[in-house]
Amino acid sequence: MFDYAPAPESRSVVDLKPSYGLFVDGAFVEGSGGAFKSVNPATEEVLAEVAMADAADVDRAVAAARRAYDEVWSRMPGAERAKYIFRIARIIQERARELAVLESLDNGKPIRESRDVDIPLAAAHFFYYAGWADKLGHANLGPNPRPLGVAGQVIPWNFPLLMLAWKVAPALAAGNTVVLKPAETTPLTALLFAEICQQADLPPGVVNILTGAGATGAALVSHPGVDKVAFTGSTEVGRMIAKQVAGTSKKVTLELGGKAANLVFDDAPLEQAIEGIVDGIFFNQGHVCCAGSRLLVQESVAEEVVDRLRERMKTLRVGDPLDKNTDIGAINSAEQLARIRTLTEAGEAEGATRWAPPCELPERGFFFAPTIFTGVSQAHRIAREEIFGPVLSVLTFRTPAEAVEKANNTAYGLSAGVWTDKGSRILWLAQRMRAGVVWANTFNRFDPTSPFGGYKESGYGREGGRHGLEAYLDV
Amino acid sequence: MTAQLALDDAGLRRLLHGLPPVDQVGADARAAKLGTRSIKTTAKAQALDLAVRMVDLTTLEGADTPGKVRALCAKGKHPEPDQPDCPSVAAICVYGDMVDTAKAALAGSGVKVAAVATAFPSGRAPLAVKLADTAAAVEAGADEIDMVIDRGAFLAGRYAAVAEEIAAVKAACQTGGHDAHLKVILETGELATYDNVMRASWLAMLSGADFIKTSTGKVSPAATLPVTLLMLEAVRDFRAQTGRQVGVKPAGGIRTAKDAIKYLVTVNETAGPDWLDPDWFRFGASSLLNDLLLQRRKLATGVYSGPDYVTVD
Repeated sequence: MFDYAPAPESRSVVDLKPSYGLFVDGAFVEGSGGAFKSVNPATEEVLAEVAMADAADVDRAVAAARRAYDEVWSRMPGAERAKYIFRIARIIQERARELAVLESLDNGKPIRESRDVDIPLAAAHFFYYAGWADKLGHANLGPNPRPLGVAGQVIPWNFPLLMLAWKVAPALAAGNTVVLKPAETTPLTALLFAEICQQADLPPGVVNILTGAGATGAALVSHPGVDKVAFTGSTEVGRMIAKQVAGTSKKVTLELGGKAANLVFDDAPLEQAIEGIVDGIFFNQGHVCCAGSRLLVQESVAEEVVDRLRERMKTLRVGDPLDKNTDIGAINSAEQLARIRTLTEAGEAEGATRWAPPCELPERGFFFAPTIFTGVSQAHRIAREEIFGPVLSVLTFRTPAEAVEKANNTAYGLSAGVWTDKGSRILWLAQRMRAGVVWANTFNRFDPTSPFGGYKESGYGREGGRHGLEAYLDV
Repeated sequence: MTAQLALDDAGLRRLLHGLPPVDQVGADARAAKLGTRSIKTTAKAQALDLAVRMVDLTTLEGADTPGKVRALCAKGKHPEPDQPDCPSVAAICVYGDMVDTAKAALAGSGVKVAAVATAFPSGRAPLAVKLADTAAAVEAGADEIDMVIDRGAFLAGRYAAVAEEIAAVKAACQTGGHDAHLKVILETGELATYDNVMRASWLAMLSGADFIKTSTGKVSPAATLPVTLLMLEAVRDFRAQTGRQVGVKPAGGIRTAKDAIKYLVTVNETAGPDWLDPDWFRFGASSLLNDLLLQRRKLATGVYSGPDYVTVD
């Protein structure tokens, strides 16, 4: 047996402070709403204390953003704005290792993902949107696109720095200033990003970071000084935000939950489909809104696909996120772990068959073994509700029409995947899937040039690409 | 299972083209991901020794002399003369006319002699010549025969001809009471597509190959990690369907210990630990051994020694 010895990434590249303040008007300041702790979900150790922003802090940050917008950022030529954004992108690359380690510490995701996916993609978003900053008039969005003003942005805990990049980069390129609230369980890379803004000499107030929980987010999105609200997170919170901003002149984009179908046809490149299924649901512990959490396999190959998938799952390594060989890290919080447990128990109670590979989970920290359910029907909760964990529901279909019908039979519509060797079938399906992204013979691939967003309860608006720019412009 | 089909190109085409297709982008991505495994300390020491034991130390030059072959054999037996814990390589791989020299030099060592045959490396000779080439090497005492497939016939869809030739060479390996292991070289660099690699792998296994091997080392690209990944998937699936285990040998272009370890990780996570053995996985290489030895010393002493601390043979 070939046992891989531990290969831990060093924590010493990260300079963790015992406590962090808010980042307002270019400086770190104390919050007036108390403090909360950010823990390492893999060890339950407290990483740092972070300030809780209250309504007064929101006021100050929005005022700073407004001033920076009026006096500096909106007046600056696009080519000048681009320089700052390029500079931020380059600093992210230079400090990639530090950011990756901090992201894995705070979020629990494996270092190989933060190192190879999150941080490079975050830098790529800044590079991409920096290129647009002086070409807004040529983006085919209208003759004279104007920035919206102050953007209030609330991001989730699953891809803390990447979601920040998706929000901040297009906002700045378009000429807006931002007040961003990271999730309360993963604020640390956003605070390091604030340092990066200082390092890049970004004018004060252009980017403001407010840490806090739901109340902080609510105060931000309902603040009258905010012109644009951007939110990524749960559908439940998305609904609340939609209600809060209804009737105001605020523009809104919402990226919410998903229950994506991953369709495998009998002529699929099976070995690569298995990888796609694994990437689709076990990437980032399944904490992915576009995760391929419903596997729909053609009946003729269902048994073979599930057998191969089980064999493949036995090679997944669960454990220390900082070990470079870890495939599946920690669940982000005790609350999330409890939710995954509740839903998987519901799956068993409803009669689906549960399977997980034999694997030892660390005694401390929040861990959940990669799990699949077979014998799942459309009526089961695990086929309908977003689990947001490494849990896959396997269903079957017999014909392409049935595949489309089942795939679309969900309240969500963020993404979908199709695995087949037939190009014509890919096109036929892509036209019929009610999902913002349809991946063909791949899954969970992201690129700054490609728009991303949902249908139905998965939200509205698009991020990424030219479409992502449009969401921050008055066109 | 395909005795009837094997006589018929159309039947073989249906069988081979019925294999699941390979998506090249996905296969490359999977191989790249396996290549990012981080193998350190005890795992690395174990991997380096295993890799040494899997090396088919190779010299395939027109200028090969008995002296050169004997020197290589000496190195293969004791790669690190001052370190008795360093294992021997799996085999010495030579041209057919050097088999008796190698056999004599390796007598009693347990290191096998592998001979390339069948008009290596092009394979462009009549079947009778190829069989005679094989028989001569087997008669001279070769333990293993590395044959090349007729890539022209394969690309033309004449699968039956390829299968018959492999079966005939396999029979030649077993004549006169001998039982040489047959490694079938697909020359994947000339097969152009991953689907072809998968089909050629199955065709070779169905025709009696004991090992499937990527390349002669004379064509670029030679062994690559994605191609080896596909061949490992093929042997794994073949065993699941037929019960018969076939080995895999990437050859050509694997020069560093770091690369070799990536291959071992790929074996481990694709075909599984059953293949992590010189009986089932080999490296066809000439310069890899020296880097394995240097890395081995580095791990033992904590410092790098220079190229003059390993032999040039």
